[in-house]
Amino acid sequence: MFRVEGVRDRDPSVGDLVRVRSTGASTPLAVTVVHTRHPHDYPATADHRRLGPALWRRLERRAELLSAIRTFFETDGFLEVDTPLLVQSAGTEVHVDPVHAMLTPHAGAPREPRYLITSPELSMKRLLACGSGPIFTLAKVFRDGERGRNHRPEFTMLEWYRPWDRYTTLMSDCERLINALVPAGQVRFVGVDIDLKPPWPRLPFYEALQTIAGVANPERMSADDALAAFATDVERHLDPARPTFITDYPIELASLARPKPSAPELAERFELYLGGLELANAFGELTDADTQRRRCLDENAERGELGKAQMPLDEDFLAALASGMPPSAGIALGIDRLVMVLTDASSIDDVVAF
Amino acid sequence: MYQTSDIKKNLKIKMDNAPWTVVEFLFVKPGKGTAFTRTTLRNLKTGRVIERNFRSGETLEPVDVETREAMFMYKDGEDYVFMDNSTYDQFPVSQEVLGDSSRWLVDNMNCHLLFYEGRPITAEVPNFIEIEITYCEPAVKGNTSQNATKNATIASGATVQVPLFVEEGTIIKIDTRTGEYQGRKSK
Repeated sequence: MFRVEGVRDRDPSVGDLVRVRSTGASTPLAVTVVHTRHPHDYPATADHRRLGPALWRRLERRAELLSAIRTFFETDGFLEVDTPLLVQSAGTEVHVDPVHAMLTPHAGAPREPRYLITSPELSMKRLLACGSGPIFTLAKVFRDGERGRNHRPEFTMLEWYRPWDRYTTLMSDCERLINALVPAGQVRFVGVDIDLKPPWPRLPFYEALQTIAGVANPERMSADDALAAFATDVERHLDPARPTFITDYPIELASLARPKPSAPELAERFELYLGGLELANAFGELTDADTQRRRCLDENAERGELGKAQMPLDEDFLAALASGMPPSAGIALGIDRLVMVLTDASSIDDVVAF
Repeated sequence: MYQTSDIKKNLKIKMDNAPWTVVEFLFVKPGKGTAFTRTTLRNLKTGRVIERNFRSGETLEPVDVETREAMFMYKDGEDYVFMDNSTYDQFPVSQEVLGDSSRWLVDNMNCHLLFYEGRPITAEVPNFIEIEITYCEPAVKGNTSQNATKNATIASGATVQVPLFVEEGTIIKIDTRTGEYQGRKSK
């Protein structure tokens, strides 16, 4: 990879003398470009218009961050794994809709329905059940109907799992990871200086509804109403200058998490908010196969009530739980949003090439 | 009917029997929750700004609003008579609709009138107008300070603050949004 740093001289009969730098190298080279594509030669496409210098700078930073993330986890003893994107079951979550696909499994066979994953979670847990040890993945995931300034139907997810560990360890993982990516300990995002110095504040879900949204008895609300109130009246009013962990979600809002032993109506779940964005979601993973199957069936019933399609249960995943998946903690972190914050981009469209 | 996916800046909708325009919007989808679109809406009649969430699947009602360019003709009692510049229709507009804009109206001035279901609801005069001073105290010679001001009556009948050196009969430039003197018309 070479990056053009500037045109030193123009000679239309030969080409432009440009300074280029190999990615990662410190000294620039002078190179004469024999064939150049002059702006007036061909009409610029939408790609040319979008891929201006500002976007190229963010894409370079994105590549650096991905590389630093891999180094962080490898140094920490994690194994990077690949999981399939095309699956027979993409989970049953009520408010997450997978993209449908059709597959001809082999020549001449009838076409079968498939889905694009909404998260690599179910595959990751099958690896944990087979004794993988700590694992991480950087995967493309797909969610139907999600488009906005912070949403694209296709985005990049970082997930990591720690077998035989508690979900609270993942909070310090987040603090360590992001501070490793930003050694300065501070980042400016949409006009606010975010102080990344750990430990980051932790705020229980119901307490946030009480103190920020002024809800008197949030635990009496339905879980869906509580989440809507959180999205409407809490999220935007979190301290923008500090990353914040929201903890202790009601168990109904965490179908893949296990209950807190001390308070079974709450889940071992937290979310990380950074710069007002919902950046990561973590669970103390539910490992009981029967409970998990019941929750999946309940979710499918709720999907039915909402007029949504029933989702096939992932029997491989349920079998993995039944085979004795170790107690584990796992987390999913949106890479595009992380790059948004770390490159001060106000739209997700400003951190992807396409 | 509009879907939530049609929401964009400046989309105009009818809600609670009033016309609104979308000032800001954001698609919100909690990872585990239902999607909605958060909007900031401005009432086209009163200027009031509110926030409103629309769940995905909800519909929004289109509104019959139209901006027409019209010329101020004359004052008829309490009403101001305008002429549509493309149809040449003449119609009266009340003081209530014009609001503060009436301070700046002089014959033959072009304005943008917003019609809601066939009736004018707001009038917008140009941001900058050039207008003659019809009365002010005599100029103080040699005082070119912009800070000291005096009252001046302009052709539309309004009173504005001008620097002491400005004379009666001068054509001055005014920012109608603030009512502030911007300078004398260059000759």
